[in-house]
Amino acid sequence: MADHHVHSEHIDRETGKLAMWIFLFTELFLFGGLFLVYAVFRAKYSEDFHTAADDLNTFIGTLNTVFLLTSSMTVAMAITAIQKNERNLAFMLVLVTLFLAALFMIDKYIEWSHEIKNSIYPGSEILKNKPHGELLFFGLYFMMTGLHALHVFIGMTLLTINLVKIKTGSINQEHFLLLENSGLYWHLVDLIWIFLFPLLYLVT
Amino acid sequence: MKNTASHITGYSTYAIILIVLLALTTLSVLATGYHLGAFTVGLALLIAGIKVATVISYYMHIRSENLFLKLAVIGVFVLFGLVIIITFFDYLFR
Amino acid sequence: MAAIGGENYTSYLNHRGKYHGILSWLLTTDHKRIGLMYFYVIAAFFFIAASLGVMMRTELIAPGETIMGPQTYNGLFTVHGIIMIFIIVIPGLSVIFGNFFLPILIGARDVAFPKLNLLSFYLFCLGAVLAVLSQFTGGGPPDTGWTFYVPYSVESSTNVIFALTAAFILGFSSILTGLNFIVTIHKMRAPGMSFFRMPLFSWSLYATAWIQVLATPIIGITLLMVIAERVLGIGFFDPSLGGDPVLFQHLFWIYSHPAVYIMILPAMGIATEIFPTFSQKPVFGYMAIALSSLAIAFIGYFVWGHHMFTSGTSYFSRLFFSLLTFLVAVPSAIKVFNWVATMYGGSIDLKPPLLYAIGFIFLFMIGGLTGLIQGALATNIQVHDTAFVVAHFHYIIFGGMGFAAFAGIHYWFPKMFGRMYNIRLANIAFGIIFTGFNLFYFPQLIIGMQGMPRRYFDYLPQFSTGQFISTIGAYILFTGLVMMLINLLYARRRGAPAPANPWKGVTLEWQIPSPPPLENFDVLPEITRRPYFFGEPINAK
Repeated sequence: MADHHVHSEHIDRETGKLAMWIFLFTELFLFGGLFLVYAVFRAKYSEDFHTAADDLNTFIGTLNTVFLLTSSMTVAMAITAIQKNERNLAFMLVLVTLFLAALFMIDKYIEWSHEIKNSIYPGSEILKNKPHGELLFFGLYFMMTGLHALHVFIGMTLLTINLVKIKTGSINQEHFLLLENSGLYWHLVDLIWIFLFPLLYLVT
Repeated sequence: MKNTASHITGYSTYAIILIVLLALTTLSVLATGYHLGAFTVGLALLIAGIKVATVISYYMHIRSENLFLKLAVIGVFVLFGLVIIITFFDYLFR
Repeated sequence: MAAIGGENYTSYLNHRGKYHGILSWLLTTDHKRIGLMYFYVIAAFFFIAASLGVMMRTELIAPGETIMGPQTYNGLFTVHGIIMIFIIVIPGLSVIFGNFFLPILIGARDVAFPKLNLLSFYLFCLGAVLAVLSQFTGGGPPDTGWTFYVPYSVESSTNVIFALTAAFILGFSSILTGLNFIVTIHKMRAPGMSFFRMPLFSWSLYATAWIQVLATPIIGITLLMVIAERVLGIGFFDPSLGGDPVLFQHLFWIYSHPAVYIMILPAMGIATEIFPTFSQKPVFGYMAIALSSLAIAFIGYFVWGHHMFTSGTSYFSRLFFSLLTFLVAVPSAIKVFNWVATMYGGSIDLKPPLLYAIGFIFLFMIGGLTGLIQGALATNIQVHDTAFVVAHFHYIIFGGMGFAAFAGIHYWFPKMFGRMYNIRLANIAFGIIFTGFNLFYFPQLIIGMQGMPRRYFDYLPQFSTGQFISTIGAYILFTGLVMMLINLLYARRRGAPAPANPWKGVTLEWQIPSPPPLENFDVLPEITRRPYFFGEPINAK
């Protein structure tokens, strides 16, 4: 097991956490703009939104919710593990988190392929011939889940970096800010989905 | 460097929170099966809000953070809520 | 602690670290060098955008086509706006003077995240490059105005996506700077410096940083939506697909109004630093100014609809926004009272920084009062989309923030470079700039009220006199600016060595040598009282 790396300086844990939280605020507002658009068009086209949401597979959506909620638990546990110097456990928990994230992405891929195969995507002829509210619903669906998936991907990249650093020992009981902040980022990804799920899948 | 409030949350706490979250998820899926009209959205959002608050409080440790951060998190959501409400001053009353 | 520059220490300009030559600048993490690099880039872009403005004024010197056709004119006012807004006035004072002086003012050696600071700078450069490239690639220079209103920004065949991407990247740079400053202020103040012992420039940077962090993401996602509209036909803003173009306006101004407070708050902070120094008197109403900064940032979040009074929004919405607009003027007015009260009874030293600061108050007030005319629903209809609006925001941004920037430059120049400029020349340049400015923009208020539309390259003969005087004013203004620039450029190389404290200031930056050493302080200061105490320096034991 590797010993402490000699870094030029470690960022103070409280300072680093504050910075991460502020960054999360910016992410909340980034998605917030899309939620605002959703709110406006949901109010205007409630019927169409109901109809369009019927097209979505609630089971896959619920499954994805379960994946992300569980992955939030596992990454939080990973931080406990590293604090208790249980390095192998921490590694496994981050790995499980990654695995659940991958399952989420696979689900997403299946969903999107299904829609695109049925010619439901922004700009398609089918969509243009649907009622306005449905067109807008799918526009929001693709943009919101697309942006969210991008963030899942970024989160997975962060988690992979964490895996490496746990293995090499640069993340350890004394210094685990990267893991903690990656965990916060991952929870944000989960938070966004917690709101997306009912708004997109449960409006039937 | 002193270790600030480095209390370690137990694994079982996290597991219990997950069970709570899954239960709330089940509740929202079932509840929206019923026709509650306009309240369906409200209920779904309420449950989502509780889930979000739970994740932020326990998984993201806001409970053990300083008051400033707690207020900032609340403030951010309040600010965003106000922006939506004010935008609807336009859309609702056109 | 060392006093005169040239003694036994190495300034940040001469420091030899890991890298040499140009790399020691391009790879620096020193907040002072980063601030200086921003300064040079922004100054260069300012003169480019100002020259574009002069070209626009030349076109408008007489009715009809003078030197360019309408398409060129539209491209010019668009790029003039994009550069001025996103590259100069939004980042400007934060990244130049905030970067250079925030750590020093709070008794720190650097910002919280120096490498992140350098990343902000490179993102800024990338955004600026993209903005320039948008002029020469694709379908030609964007002609939508910097406000990118739909549907035209979706339909225009010009290179809109480049410009949107540039703005997006510049926004990201702004967010990271704001994040850095918030954490810096929270975590890196010197021992004994509570929040209410911070200098007021730091307070203004704090309020600004929160706006940067909380408002900028909205423009980020909005720009993405416009790109999605252009490329995918996503429909949010397209009435034929059920969308609403006014929704774009809401989203755009939800950011862009708070953005103007990003512009003005640091400017007010600089003025608040200058008045006590050149009156040799503590600032009047420290708490009021600190809290007003926060109040402006907060209330400023809820006034965005006043840009949309003629867009068809609901009556209730218009009432609400008009009321909030009048409310947000109050903390600004409080600051003006406090600045004047600071000077009253003081030992006034009419040096260039104070001249510009006084000019700032005068021009900012004209800008603010004309803002109230626009904030009232009835009068707004008369002046919306006219030259009156153009004059209003130039009075506020250029007369307000710009003059505060010039004040800051003349105030902190000796500290940053260890050299003094020619005071007499600086005063003359000020006079020319001030005269040219008013000759330029005051007629625009008048002809705007009379109906001269904005963003028009041609106009009716009745506006000729006003436009002619304006253009002459613009030439005079530009001459003054060039004079100011030459004075400073000369001083940079050949100015007399400046002492550590040429203005007898009492905040921390004046207690260290000019230019400062790399790590700012030999020994981190311990703060024992409120700032602006004109007995002894702030960190005296």
